[in-house]
Amino acid sequence: MAFKSTRLLLAAAFLGASAFGVSAADFKPENPECIAPANPGGGWDFTCRQVGKSLQDAKLLDKTMQVVNLAGGGGGVAFAEVVNKRGGDNDLIVAASAATATRLAQGAYPGNTMDQVRWIATIGADYGVIAVAADSPVNTLPELLEQIKSDPTSVSVAGGSAVGGWDHLKVLIAANAFGIDDVRSVKYIAFDGGGEAVTQLLAGSVQAFTGDVSEAKGFVDSGDIKVIAVLSPDRLPGDFADFPTAVEQGVDAIGANWRGFYAPGDMSDDAYNAWVSKIADLYATDAWKGVMAANGLAPLDLQGEEFEQFVSGSVNQIQTISKEIGIIK
Amino acid sequence: METLSSLADGFAIALTFQNILLALLGCFLGTLMGALPGLGPSNGVAILIPLAFTLGLGATPSLILLTSVYYGAMYGGRISSILLNIPGDEPAMMTCLDGYPMAQKGRAGEALSLSGVASFVGAFFATWGLIFLAPQLVKIALLFGPAEYFALFTLAFATLGGVASSNQAKTAFAAALGIGLATVGVDTQTGVPRFTFGEVHLYDGIDFLVAIVGLFALSEVFIFLEHRHGEADASKKKVTIGRLMPSYALLKSCTPTMLRTSFLGFIAGVLPGAGASLGSFISYTMEKKLVDKEGTFGTGDPRGVAAPEAGNNAAAGGALVPMLALGVPGSGTTAVLLAVLLALNITPGPLLFTQQPDVVWGLIAALFIANFMLLAMNIPMIGLFTRVLLVPPRILMPIVAMVSFVGIYGISGSSFDLLVMIGFGVMGWILRKLDVPLVPIILGTLLGNSMENNLRRAITIDNGNWWTLVDSPLSITLWSLAIIGFVLPIIFGKVLKARMKHMAKDEEGATID
Repeated sequence: MAFKSTRLLLAAAFLGASAFGVSAADFKPENPECIAPANPGGGWDFTCRQVGKSLQDAKLLDKTMQVVNLAGGGGGVAFAEVVNKRGGDNDLIVAASAATATRLAQGAYPGNTMDQVRWIATIGADYGVIAVAADSPVNTLPELLEQIKSDPTSVSVAGGSAVGGWDHLKVLIAANAFGIDDVRSVKYIAFDGGGEAVTQLLAGSVQAFTGDVSEAKGFVDSGDIKVIAVLSPDRLPGDFADFPTAVEQGVDAIGANWRGFYAPGDMSDDAYNAWVSKIADLYATDAWKGVMAANGLAPLDLQGEEFEQFVSGSVNQIQTISKEIGIIK
Repeated sequence: METLSSLADGFAIALTFQNILLALLGCFLGTLMGALPGLGPSNGVAILIPLAFTLGLGATPSLILLTSVYYGAMYGGRISSILLNIPGDEPAMMTCLDGYPMAQKGRAGEALSLSGVASFVGAFFATWGLIFLAPQLVKIALLFGPAEYFALFTLAFATLGGVASSNQAKTAFAAALGIGLATVGVDTQTGVPRFTFGEVHLYDGIDFLVAIVGLFALSEVFIFLEHRHGEADASKKKVTIGRLMPSYALLKSCTPTMLRTSFLGFIAGVLPGAGASLGSFISYTMEKKLVDKEGTFGTGDPRGVAAPEAGNNAAAGGALVPMLALGVPGSGTTAVLLAVLLALNITPGPLLFTQQPDVVWGLIAALFIANFMLLAMNIPMIGLFTRVLLVPPRILMPIVAMVSFVGIYGISGSSFDLLVMIGFGVMGWILRKLDVPLVPIILGTLLGNSMENNLRRAITIDNGNWWTLVDSPLSITLWSLAIIGFVLPIIFGKVLKARMKHMAKDEEGATID
């Protein structure tokens, strides 16, 4: 009996797996489309275009993925469009990043929540960095945070996102981990993009910079800035291997600006599984490793269920910290 | 000398058959895009990005195509400003002020060719400026902190009074309205949405492209509708092109203007964020203050056409300096170009000049080539471009309306923007009836956000100390200039008013904006 049931189970598992395999392979998007919720240029647009091109190059898609730019509301316009009008579209995926999760957590997409869509997979991550000017007396993250702790007015931290945005939250996560209780005392100055923020760091208007590895790379190579902490779990490969992580300096802070996709909430399971496996297959190719290296993306490999939990976890973390700084109630 | 040999290498890269053809294509498409109201350089480049990618072009050819479009659109913007009094793009706004009156006097051809030459001069010097300044840039840009930027924007607004209006109070009102409109959207310094009424489309603020098309193009259509039984069908509004070549004397009289404003425009372009609009605006204002002794600016003075065109094309070249050298775009269009660079796996920044010199110098050489092509295209072939625009109002106005709607919808894909545009159209129509100039509204909307953000950054950095605004020699200089620019017109108010009365007699209300 036991034997029989085991066999049955095995058979069922096999059948299920093959059914899954067949249906996933069976589903072929007729008109694959990727919405980039911003204007051409920038991260979301890059995510759509680069993935579309690479999917086709790797023969994972036999048609060209059309990229539609639907800017507005920091991604909110696209999110509302997908939820309200295209909920059952099986051919559609939408570019997303940590900024999407941040805005969802803070209720910046009015009336929308993360469970209205299905989260597909990540294609990599851009880890946060905290840097100072090359000639700054500060050399380590604890030194900088100690300075903020003893006199918050003496350190202005510049970043490329708005107050409450991802660049701001990264400093706060680090400050929190260091034991600064009132994170509101951290002086954050919002600039229009990381480039402008670094320029002001070099000009001496501000004392520290919070941004992403990809934003900082050019200035590190030219020797203008000094990265005092990378907010990744382990040291990054390649050019960034020299920089210490926050964790190894005793500040338990990780900030990954992941890039990935979500799909309409009523997408069929077949289509969802097909998209998940397409992105997973793409991630495994050597060509994609090359793209990641060229664009400063670090490994972050989450698909399907696992990715869904990751997003939900980061939404909760952001909600907690946003309440502390009074961005949301 | 090292620079010159690099430049020679650049020419070797740019002078291939394919690259020349791409430059030619880019120049032609760019001029057309620039000429059509509402489709400015940013959209021109943005629309053609897919073309560059589907052609499977490499980094340098793609950049050559797209920067040719960029320069072409800067040239093209003036055509509809002069012929229709509708700026083809936002930097061409100032060209309307004297270009349109010139066209009404039957000197449209001269205005077009003169502005073509001015564009050439501006772009030519700016490209040289780019070659020599880009490597030096980091130091200059670093003098500008938030406090200095705020002073710079204040300077721009303080000198507004002298530009577009016959009435300082109305100008101030219009500028305040513009700055007010700029506050719509999520406030980047606190993350709080302002005046959005829970409407997610307003979170990013009002797109000034939508505002421009509504205020200028649609209000023109409304005014036409209102008068359709009267002058519309009569050929009163018809513009004669007149002679095409500017006379030698005219060119000579405008040469100092072109040289001065090329320099000014270039500087304005180099400053991150300021861009071409500020370039043409400051050029026109300074030139008006400097040489307008008879008060002919605003009534069709050729120098008033040459100044903003040289200024905005020089600014277009200048805006490439921080983009290439720092990776910080100097204007909206260079922001789009920056995105293209990143998509092509080129990281702009201090290292670009040493690591990928072929890209940089090929691009710069292509700019020279494109500039000569554009001059050649814009003088003899100007008839072709103008024919597109020289149709009677009863045919043109529906086209303007259609292009406005299709253009705006094509860019944003949002019907909400169309409603906003109609709102601006009605507002523009009412404001024209009240004789309120429209240019300061756009400038307010355009610059208001950066101005506010820089003020708040400066104050936050210095823990609430307002004296930080006058804490450096550079900001003190800028403030002094702003005060002089604002106070002088008041002191000489009587003289000006008499002049204004004289001006008002000569022109109809609509030409002021």
